[in-house]
Amino acid sequence: MLRTFRIGGIHPPENKLSAGKKITAIAAPKQVIIPLSQHIGAPAQALVKKGDVVKVGTLLAKAGGFVSANIHSSVSGKVNKIDNALDTSGYRRPAIYIDVEGDEWEESIDRSETLVKECNLSSKEIIDKIAEAGIVGMGGATFPTQVKLMPPPGNKAEILIINAVECEPYLTADHELMMEKGEQILVGVTLLMKAANVNKAVIGIENNKPDAIAHMTKLASSYPGVEVMPLKVKYPQGGEKQLIDAVTARQVKSGALPISVGAIVQNVGTVYAVYEAVQKNKPLFERVVTVTGKAVKNPSNFLVRIGTPISTLIEAAGGIPENTGKIIGGGPMMGKALISAEVPVGKGSSGVLLMTKEESVRKPMHDCIRCAKCVSVCPMGLNPAFLMRSTVYQNWEMAEADHIQDCIECGSCSFTCPANRPLLDQIRVGKAKVMGIIRSRKSK
Amino acid sequence: MILIAVISLGAIGIVGALLLYGASKKFEVHEDPRIGQVQEALPGANCGGCGYAGCAGFAGACVKAESLDGMLCPVGGAPVMAKIASILGKEATAAEPKVAVVRCNGTCQARPRTNTYDGVKSCTIASSLYGGETGCTFGCLGYGDCVKACNFDAIHINPETGIAEVDEEKCTACGACVKACPKGIIELRKKGPKSRRIYVCCVNKDKGAVARKACSNACIGCGKCAKECPFGAITVENNVAYIDYTKCRMCRKCVAVCPTGAIHELNFPPRKEQPAESKAPLAESKAQTETKLPTHQPEAAQETTSPIEVKEEIKK
Repeated sequence: MLRTFRIGGIHPPENKLSAGKKITAIAAPKQVIIPLSQHIGAPAQALVKKGDVVKVGTLLAKAGGFVSANIHSSVSGKVNKIDNALDTSGYRRPAIYIDVEGDEWEESIDRSETLVKECNLSSKEIIDKIAEAGIVGMGGATFPTQVKLMPPPGNKAEILIINAVECEPYLTADHELMMEKGEQILVGVTLLMKAANVNKAVIGIENNKPDAIAHMTKLASSYPGVEVMPLKVKYPQGGEKQLIDAVTARQVKSGALPISVGAIVQNVGTVYAVYEAVQKNKPLFERVVTVTGKAVKNPSNFLVRIGTPISTLIEAAGGIPENTGKIIGGGPMMGKALISAEVPVGKGSSGVLLMTKEESVRKPMHDCIRCAKCVSVCPMGLNPAFLMRSTVYQNWEMAEADHIQDCIECGSCSFTCPANRPLLDQIRVGKAKVMGIIRSRKSK
Repeated sequence: MILIAVISLGAIGIVGALLLYGASKKFEVHEDPRIGQVQEALPGANCGGCGYAGCAGFAGACVKAESLDGMLCPVGGAPVMAKIASILGKEATAAEPKVAVVRCNGTCQARPRTNTYDGVKSCTIASSLYGGETGCTFGCLGYGDCVKACNFDAIHINPETGIAEVDEEKCTACGACVKACPKGIIELRKKGPKSRRIYVCCVNKDKGAVARKACSNACIGCGKCAKECPFGAITVENNVAYIDYTKCRMCRKCVAVCPTGAIHELNFPPRKEQPAESKAPLAESKAQTETKLPTHQPEAAQETTSPIEVKEEIKK
């Protein structure tokens, strides 16, 4: 019997069209736009100015606070300007424009393909290297990785959980990464185990990727303390709290961090970035992005430099199909429709999904029939129908009492609602409002 | 037997009555009777526009306050404040009446659409997802959160322009729309003599070229108005001009120099004489429209005010 999380969950159609497609590198475009806030927390502060010559891997901006991340150049060339640019948020925010000239890398980066297993660094040194490389959670939440590895005093990590679930439909970036870079990922796991000072690591993979499970299990046998755990397919298993529940059968309390149950969760893409940063001195400036969709000619997995416009990726996958209705940044469940195809790829962009017109149309909303389907699928055990009502009536006390701030915005409620009610859209607004109220209360 | 019952019950009743009387004297809460009177005088809209929790809260605050300075019921206005002053025997201060102003003129013609939004028709939700359906990420979204917030039916979305419009007659300046607008476009401004007002009808903080591309009515932050203003009422910050209504003396010089027509003048009579300058057609057309929404500027007027020159200034 395979394990999974215990509360709620749904089974959206998987549509993993790009599964098994080898990761192909996309050449750097003529100009890249590198946003200064590609992570949760304070935006990075630019160190370069107009006209500066940069190489691949040059530090462009340094972390703007404790919860923030460094940003490195993904190309070599000249800084054109630092200006506001549309990014995946749908707003214009500060970004660095670089005109690409050649492809010259910083000398410190080890570009060879050889696997480096040995590492004599201490835990502190590994964490410093991760922070230096600007690594953030690459599953999409983009939380700075070094912060996660430094538990607040009084907490001790017991287990490292590697999130290789990829429960989001369509996306295959992590799957392909495991098939091609399995060894490197496992070395990355041992590095993270050392950094977090734990001796047990579990790689959670959903059962719809049998080849990845077999491959990783075979490789993991030579790494002590690392175990591969196949999991029952259910969305949103890739949610941090859901994965902890599935793997350890421990539930994180409302408002608490995963470390409170002794767990640290890292995405498999992040682990690979950690390997490259620590063993190859390579900062995070490229990532694997799935470009997919039912009408896309060649659904593919690309290795993309950060800052490449999404239109370049779509071109490489066969161009925009005629009846495209929406371009989604991320997967269909948690992704967000993009305002333009010119927005750049960021550290958290795991996929680009082109939806056809028919798929992307919203169905008309009806009245709530109190069927409680949303309640039964909510993986956090909330009551989405009530939360939406509280938000619409701006009853923030009730929303807070009903734990709106625990919502992980997975969209299961909206997906399952037979009346097509925009549950998540409303809850997201209410959650932001209630979080603001809580923060202002705390700061008083 | 009956007699005993009557006597004992009567005795209990008298003792109870005495206890209650004593308690009511001892624990009496003294409420100023004037609070009730003031509350009577208030309109009872409970809109919160005065800054207090409902009319009762405002009445209490008025009675407690030493002077009525700065206290204003936006719904009742000066007459109600005068009544309150007479009840309390205090002096009514002439408070400036205010009115809500929508600082966006990105009409459908001025702001070309770059995408379509098919989500929930709510400004708050739309703005949490992205900037909006046009190139301007600051302007009015037109889904009517302000309309829903207004208790007085004083703000509506004009179906032709897609922008919120304030009905000056009905607006009480309670500020509900100001709080409801996620873009922070609506501002409470001094109503002005004869409802005459001058304000910058744009909040776009993008650089001039970007703002101009997104909306032909945008403020491009060129600073011409600030240079022109003899009273130092105009500041240009973050590429957008702002007129401080406490300093503005309504000379209308800024309106004439604005290359994009972003500065609006309301309820002014048409100008008598034409200044013999190239900017005349612009000023003329503005003065004539004098409505809530001056229409699209004629091309010629835009050319004469040379946006190119402005652009170059910005580049520097």
